[in-house]
Formats: sequence, C-alpha cells, structure tokens
Amino acid sequence: MVLTLFVVNGMLSWEDYTSGSVPKEQANWFLQTVATFITSCSVEQIRLAPDKFISLCKRFKDQVLQLQAPMQGIAPMRTAIRKLQSSAEHLTSLHSDFLLLCIVAKCYKAGLSIMEDDIFEVDQPKDFFLYCYYGGILNIGQKRFRKALEYLHHAITAPMTVLNTVAVEAYKKYILVSLIHTGQVLPFPKYTSSVAQRSLKTYAQAYIDLANSYATGKISEVEKCLETHVDKFKLDVNLGLVKQVVLSLYKRNIQRLTQTYLTLSLQDIASTVQLETSKQAELHVLQMIHGGEIFASINQKDGMVSFHEDPEQYKTSEMIEHIDSSIRRIMLLSKKLSAVDEHISCDAAYLSKVGRERPRFEIDEFDTVPQKYMTM
Amino acid sequence: MKQFSHIENPLSRIKDNLNSTGLSHLKPVSLSPSQHRKASLSHIKAQAAMDEADGLAEMIDAPCSNGVDQKRPKAIMSGEHLDVEAYASLYSGRTKILRLIFIAEHCGNPVTQIEAVRMAYDELKKGENTQLLREVAEKINGNLGPEYGVDYAWIHSVERRAEQRKEKLENELSGYKTNMIKESIRMGYNDFGDFHYARGLLGDAFKNYVRTRDYCTTSKHIIQMCLNVILVSIETGQFMHVTNYVNKAEQTPELQDPIITAKLKCAAGLAHLEAKKYKPAARKFLETGPELGNNYTEVIAPQDVATYGGLCALACFDRTELKNKVIDNINFRNFLELVPEVRELIHDFYASRYASCLEYLENLKPNLLLDIHLYDHVETLYEQIRHKAIIQYTLPFISVDLRTMASAFKTTVAGLEKELEALITDNQIQARIDSHNKILYARHADQRNATFQRVLQTGVEFDRDVRAMLLRANLVKHEYIQRNSRKN
Repeated sequence: MVLTLFVVNGMLSWEDYTSGSVPKEQANWFLQTVATFITSCSVEQIRLAPDKFISLCKRFKDQVLQLQAPMQGIAPMRTAIRKLQSSAEHLTSLHSDFLLLCIVAKCYKAGLSIMEDDIFEVDQPKDFFLYCYYGGILNIGQKRFRKALEYLHHAITAPMTVLNTVAVEAYKKYILVSLIHTGQVLPFPKYTSSVAQRSLKTYAQAYIDLANSYATGKISEVEKCLETHVDKFKLDVNLGLVKQVVLSLYKRNIQRLTQTYLTLSLQDIASTVQLETSKQAELHVLQMIHGGEIFASINQKDGMVSFHEDPEQYKTSEMIEHIDSSIRRIMLLSKKLSAVDEHISCDAAYLSKVGRERPRFEIDEFDTVPQKYMTM
Repeated sequence: MKQFSHIENPLSRIKDNLNSTGLSHLKPVSLSPSQHRKASLSHIKAQAAMDEADGLAEMIDAPCSNGVDQKRPKAIMSGEHLDVEAYASLYSGRTKILRLIFIAEHCGNPVTQIEAVRMAYDELKKGENTQLLREVAEKINGNLGPEYGVDYAWIHSVERRAEQRKEKLENELSGYKTNMIKESIRMGYNDFGDFHYARGLLGDAFKNYVRTRDYCTTSKHIIQMCLNVILVSIETGQFMHVTNYVNKAEQTPELQDPIITAKLKCAAGLAHLEAKKYKPAARKFLETGPELGNNYTEVIAPQDVATYGGLCALACFDRTELKNKVIDNINFRNFLELVPEVRELIHDFYASRYASCLEYLENLKPNLLLDIHLYDHVETLYEQIRHKAIIQYTLPFISVDLRTMASAFKTTVAGLEKELEALITDNQIQARIDSHNKILYARHADQRNATFQRVLQTGVEFDRDVRAMLLRANLVKHEYIQRNSRKN
C-alpha cells in the first residue's frame, strides 16, 4: 500500500512537470484512482507517511475544484480525514480543505458532521485559522449563529504573532454575526493577542461604523451606514450578511417592546420600530412568532398584539433530560480540564519556567520543584 | 415709583397673596375678587401663580398676619413673582450684588431687570469695587438717568484711596515681617485679604487668606482663616477648596460655636450641590442648626437652606429617610417655616398628593431659576422628583388605570405612557403596559423560571469558554514546541 502511495506521488510530480491543463479523461481517471486509494488504504501505513498523504489529498482537492465538481470530492475527503486523525479531537490539515469543498458544493450538512467533534489537538496552527473561518461560514449558511460566533471567535482570539488575512476576514464576519446574534459587539477579551487587539480594527472600519450605528437602535442610522459602505461590503462578499443585520435590528426593537408592554397596537409597533405601515409590522411579528423569538398573538380585528410570557415552565421531562445531559457534559469537560492541568504541571518546560522565577533561598518553604529543573 | 406702592399699602399685599394662592374667594376685605385683580399691581407680577386647582391643599400660612410686617422676609421663594428688594435684603456683601446681577441677566421681565440692576449699583456705590461698578453701569446703559451712569469722579477717588491703603498695608506688612511677630503678620495678611476682597480681586484675596495659615496659632484663627477662604472659594466657584477647608475647620479642636458649625454645614452642602451630589448635599443642609439664623447672609439665607435641602431631599431620599430626616426634623422645621411652599410640597409628596406637589414645584420654578446656585440643577432635581412620584404612585397597586394616573399627574395618557416606558426600561418600575385598555399591570418576575434560564445559560457559557481555553492552550503549546524545535 505504501508503494502505491509513492507511485501515485510519482505520477503527481510528473504532472507537475507537464503542468498546464490536464486532459479531462486523465483527470477523471486520476480522481477515481485517488478516491479508491483513499477508501481502501490502511490506517497505520498512512500514519507512517502523513505528509505524502496530505499532499496527495490536497492535489486531489485542487483537481476537483478545477473540474468544478466539488461534490465528488466530499466523500473521499471525509474518509481521508477520519483515517488521518489520531483521535476525533485532532485537527488535520485536511479539515479546512474539506470544509472548503463543502462550502463550494453548498453541501453544508456534510461539513457539519465533521464539525460535530470538538477539536482539542492542533498540529499546525496555520490550518487552524482556515478551519475556523470556513467553519464559521458553514454555520452561517445553516443559520446556526451561535456556533458560527464560536468559530469566528476562535479565529480572532487564537494566539498569533503576525496578523494574517484570514483573521481579518474572520473579524469582519465576527462583527456581523455578533450583531445578528447578540445585538452588540463585545470588546476583545483579555487573552486576545496584542497584535490582533491593535490592528484588527484598522482593517474593519466600515464594520465598526455599522456596529456603532446599530448601537443607536435607529433603522435610519443603520441604513445610512449601509449606503455609505455598500461597495466595501460587496467587495468582501458580506452584503447578504449586512442585510440580515438590518433585519435583526427590527427584531431586536420589537423584542424590547415585549419587555414593557402587554398589548400594543400594530400601528404603535410600526411607529416605534420605524416601519412604514402596520402591515409590515404585522409581517415582522408573524415571522418572529414562527421563529420562536417572541411569544405573542395577533388580534387582527383590533389590530392589537398581545405579548405573552415564555410558556416554558421547566417542568417537563424533556427539560429534565436536557439539564441532566448538560450536567453530564460539563462534568466530562471538567474532568478533561483537570487532566490537562495535571499534565501541564508535570511538563518539563513548564516546571523549568516556574522554578526559575521562584525565590531560591526559602529555607522554611518546602521546595516542591526538584533541583535539576531550576538550573535550566 | 409704582413698584414701591405695595410697601406703602400693606393690605394690598395680603390681597395679592390671597389672589395668587387661589383663595381669593375668602374675601378678607370688602373688595370683590375682580376688583382685587384690577387693583393689584399685577403688571409687576406677570407670572400667573397658581391655577384654580380644585385639589389644591390649603395653604394655611396665614398671609394676613405677616402682610403687616413687610420687613420680615417671608414669601420670597414663593409662587409669586420675585420681589427683588425683599430678596436682596436677605443677603449682604458681595453675594447680594452678584445675585442681583444674575437676576438682571436671567430674568425676562424688563421691570425686574431695571430694579435689580439699580439696586446692584446702589450697593456697589457703598463699597470699593470699581470694576464691577463699571460693568453694572454698562448694563444699565443710561436707562435710569444720569445719576446711574459711570461715575468717573467716584471711581477715581475710590481707586486713589485704594492705592494709598494698599501702600500702607504693604509697609505695615513688611514691618511686621521684620519684627517676626506671628500675630501681626497674620493680621497683616488678613487685612490684605479683606482689602483685595473688597476691591473684587478674588484671586489675590484667596492667596492672602491662604498665607495666613502659616501664622495661625489658636483654633479661632484657623477657623477664621477657613471661613474667609470658604467665602472666596464659593464666589469664585472653586468648590474643591470649599470642601477641603470645611473639613479642615471641622477637624479643628475646640470647635464649640454652633453658629460656626452651622455655617460650615451650609458651605459643605453648597459644595455638594455644585458637584451634583444631591444626597450628601441634602444631608448637610438638613443637619444645619437653626442657630444659623441671619449670620451667614454673605453666603446663604436660611430660606435657601430650606429650599435646597428640601428639594434635594425630595429628589434623593426614600420614604423612611424623608420622614425621619425632614418631616420629623425639629431643627429643619424652623427653616421650613420660612418657605411654606416647600414645606407644603414635601408634605404633599409624602401624603401622595402628587398633583398639588407638582403644581407647587411648577410655581416655584421661575424663581428658582433665578437663584445663583440652584439654577442649573433645577431641571435635574425636578425630573428626579417627578420620577420618584410616578414610581411611588404605582408601587402599591396590581393594576392602575392610566387615565386616572394621567389626571393625577396633570398630563396626557400618551405622555404618561412614554414616561412609564422609559422608567420600565430603566428597571425602576416592575410592570407592563396594556396599551389597548390603557392599564398598567404590576409584574413580578418569576424567580424559578429566571433561575432555570440563568443556570442553563451559565452552563452553555462555561462549556464554550472551557473548550475555547483548552484549544488555545493547545495552540500555545504547539507554538512553544515549534519554537523550541527551531531553537534546538
């Protein structure tokens, strides 16, 4: 099997020699061979030569994209990832390529199956950024904004020494998704790298203006901002998202009304939220009721909307199941956290660093750091 | 002049009082109400005082008994149009002049303006402040005739005298300094400070007063120094210094004199008021002892203590504090007697008679806007009082009809709805509005549901944060390894 791998690689390098466009039949044959190879190769042997395997898969992906048939590449890539991963929590270089294929093929569900597993082991930090970015885009496509926010958040808070473009693009989307999901953009958390904190804002000025105008709560402000920056948004292929942001502002304003009113006429809703007619207000409210974002009932005869409390009483057995499983999940996570903590406290590098910083001549303090680590 | 005829005719003052308080139906004299109105000097009192409010609480301040004694400065901070002369007679010294100038600048009524400016001029002539006299003369602009112009002869003589005095003081001071007698040096600087203050040079006055600090030997000296500095600081508006020196004076041992304690409390209250800290300001004013009397007229009048203290207390205190510190406060009652309207409005607020309370407030407003210390706080204080009234109104009820509430607060239902919306969003009222039926329903958050929600939310956040953290830790570890491997 390993032999086959080298043979195929030889073929690839020959192709690189010839370069230029490969005739279609040859390309198809190539794709088929690789696909069969991936499905039938053995896992241990792959792990012996991961680099070759990865470069093979990358070439495979390029070919698939060139042929504009990304669907073909999805299944083989997924198998490839599963075989390459040492554990379900491992991020390989192939993850980002796979997600790219899914996005191009608009096959979001396939991508989601890979992303179900939480990643904790990362080989190459570079792959990580692309993975998070694509993951964010996939989730946005599925309208899972909470997850998208998580991925994009990983991308911008990852430790980095130099700013990269993926992080910048991720930040732009992060602002938009943050506005849609939570209505505000939180400041950078403490653990963001200083590079990111300093420079990300300069590249995303239009988005920050949008966020500021969103904060005023007035539709007119936001639309004005949109008009001024519409070209930039188009350039970044973010216009669709921006339109969703505007929509979310209406929703948020209506939600705020539920906090102060029990019943309100459609006309008043329209005027408070700056909609044109009460018909539009009715439409919005209807959409929100369907989407489960508010609990209300519309009385068309009087043109009144009555807002209700959240009917969730937290008494059903489903709710208990939900809470129970959450507790269990968090306990597992907790255990993992303590395991990692223990692991690090035994790590040589960490001990040497800590030992160096401690004062040496504490006679009455029990010295738990062995001497040999303090001399490093 | 016409403005003074009411002093000659004390009886009409009674009638005017009654007129303005809507009790004209009482008919103390044989004149009918309509004749009252014609006969009264209403062209001065341009402001309409109280409306013919039905729900008005009775103002039993017995205007009859005081109308005779026009010297007693009683109905100053009242709903009537400001009586400039009576107002000015409450104060003395520089603050009197400043207040008169302030009134002239901010009052819309030209008659009052002229009156105020004229009195300021007269007062200035008695002193030595030529600069201020020049400014006031400019303001008069010849409207009062030639004897109120810029009197150059007087200015020259005053300035010459001032120069001579200054030289004399300087010589004396240098003499004392060579003799090194502490007490004389202190008095020398003090006299210098007084001199500068009289001339209107407040900066120099301040410096000289502060210099006496090094030569103070007894606590009396220290207190005198502090009081002087406080006076100058209030006039220049540097209330930081006021607070510092009040503290300094209060920490002096042997501070026995209750008048001085009262003075210090007033000064501290003023400082807090300017700093917009209404609660401490209220506390200070309420602690002022009745011994203050008319001893601090160069800064503040007892009526002011009552007004400032009363309004700040209303805006900031909760019901218990209001009852204990204001209504049951015997000392403060003496002050409140001087401004019966403030007393009434506090009682109305406490008894939930909001309509009349707010009405008193509205009537007091124009005169309060002419007060040199209070004018920029009037709006804030009024807003706070109004909000408190609304909150207090809704507190005991499960449901409130917005229409009755609107009439109680003399506003429209729509306006009231907007105010309530703001308060609910601000979380000051726990309620919901039924806009269809115009009812306000009290709403108490369900603790149990809210707790469940928070728990689930916390779980989600913990999950997310820990996973992110583990991921980041991993990334850092790999970079560290990479860096290490590169090093090796």
